[in-house]
Amino acid sequence: MTITFAREEIQQTINMIQKENLDIRTITMGISLLDCSSDDIGKLETKIYDKITKNAGRLVEVGEQISARYGIPIINKRVSVTPIAIAAAQMNSEEMVRIAKALNKAAREIGINFIGGFSALVQKGFTNGDLALIDSIPQALSETEFVCSSVNIGTTKAGINMDAVLKMGKIILKSAQLTADNDGIAAAKLVVFCNAPEDNPFMAGAFHGVGEPERVINVGVSGPGVVAKVVKEHPNADFSELSNLIKQTSFKITRMGELIGRAASKSLNVPFGIVDLSLAPTPAIGDSVAEILENMGLERCGTHGTTAALALLNDAVKKGGAMASSHVGGLSGAFIPVSEDAGMVRAVEEGALTLDKLEAMTCVCSVGLDMIALPGDVSAETISAIIADEAAIGMINKKTTAVRVIPAIGKQAGDRVEFGGLLGGAPIIAIHPYSSNLFVHRGGRIPAPIISLTN
Amino acid sequence: MTMPREESNRAIITVIGRDQIGIIAWVSGRLAECQVNVLDISQTILDEFFTMIMIVDLEPATIEIDGLAQTLEQEGNEKGLQVKVQHEDIFRFMHRI
Repeated sequence: MTITFAREEIQQTINMIQKENLDIRTITMGISLLDCSSDDIGKLETKIYDKITKNAGRLVEVGEQISARYGIPIINKRVSVTPIAIAAAQMNSEEMVRIAKALNKAAREIGINFIGGFSALVQKGFTNGDLALIDSIPQALSETEFVCSSVNIGTTKAGINMDAVLKMGKIILKSAQLTADNDGIAAAKLVVFCNAPEDNPFMAGAFHGVGEPERVINVGVSGPGVVAKVVKEHPNADFSELSNLIKQTSFKITRMGELIGRAASKSLNVPFGIVDLSLAPTPAIGDSVAEILENMGLERCGTHGTTAALALLNDAVKKGGAMASSHVGGLSGAFIPVSEDAGMVRAVEEGALTLDKLEAMTCVCSVGLDMIALPGDVSAETISAIIADEAAIGMINKKTTAVRVIPAIGKQAGDRVEFGGLLGGAPIIAIHPYSSNLFVHRGGRIPAPIISLTN
Repeated sequence: MTMPREESNRAIITVIGRDQIGIIAWVSGRLAECQVNVLDISQTILDEFFTMIMIVDLEPATIEIDGLAQTLEQEGNEKGLQVKVQHEDIFRFMHRI
């Protein structure tokens, strides 16, 4: 028997967990609902509820056991399911609300934090199920607690469905209006994607794609605090050295995800899918992606140089992480959700970070305009135009982009909203005063770009 | 350097806190009660701060790792010590390929 660890290595791991907020952000079990179909809403509700509670009944218990065994926090246990617009394609929109409530009930029963998959994939057009689901989203999200919804409105291969973009602007606004008393929380559980991944463990966008197996375990890691510290400790490192330091750190963070994923997979007897390498911030001080960028030498996140800093960070995280895991997937990049990141919140409050800069930043990282509070008098068309811009970035750059914005009903730029918990709170960001109405009302599809013709 | 097998049941116990008499006696006493075998132990004192790292084998143990962790963490807390018990794989995965 030889001692295999140096004291410094042990100390480093413990410091990462205790002082730098390293945790496993989520263990997400994907469950296929493709075998749950029925014409009868009552039967379908029962089938879906039974399938989720039977398959994921032990998820929380196993997550807690693994957390205790390795001494690393596992913050969320979640479930993602087959997009409901597919699994419940025969249902009308009132029945879709009932399905959402069945999902919510199952989530409560098994004690998970969120359930994702109240979703539709409409990049090329709508099925009847898609239309029913989308119309039901505002009511479904305002009358449930744990259900998350996502709609994919574009892909690089299919182009952008601008009819869906127009519709989603209205749906987001209505979701916020129905939950105006809670700062529009329903809109915080709704994300609009371009190039949505089928194995994403993170909410609100997780769903279990139709190419996925019967059940699967996907893991999302965290760790901005760990990277922020490494960057801070090397103020004189040039960019090559900085990139290497981040790669090494990312490797270690991702190995935690790999370990926990394998352990969960074994305990639950469910195949291990992927580790999502995303650097996911939390509102906790010191667990901020903005802080990493500022530690690189920017006075405030959002100033000139921010996009370059984020590009370096995002690339180094992927390079280090890809080496650490047998299968990498999901979103895998640095997240820049405003309300969930104390550094981003400060940068917006101080006027350093604007919506336009955030849009530029989404060109070089995962995922998109995330957890951004908009003035309450924003029009549905303006939200649609914001979605269209973001989707265009995703479509042309062959990457996932998303929009999760929250119209703060009755509030103006500069006011604050509070969502609580991991969702945090944020100042309301200013938007352009000029109209995009005629543009988004043109309808039809933006054709797939020439780069989609790869065959 | 030999790598432990995948299914090893070894854990690493770390104790950090202000130095006081009897820390090692307390930890090893608890371990003996639970049939946990100590494989290696190292300690340092830096600026009155006591740091101990212990590698133990839970194979013969009469207690599960999470139970041991809970006991030591709670009792350590009462003594003003921060105690962690973690399966060695977390260190192996992070620091070894």
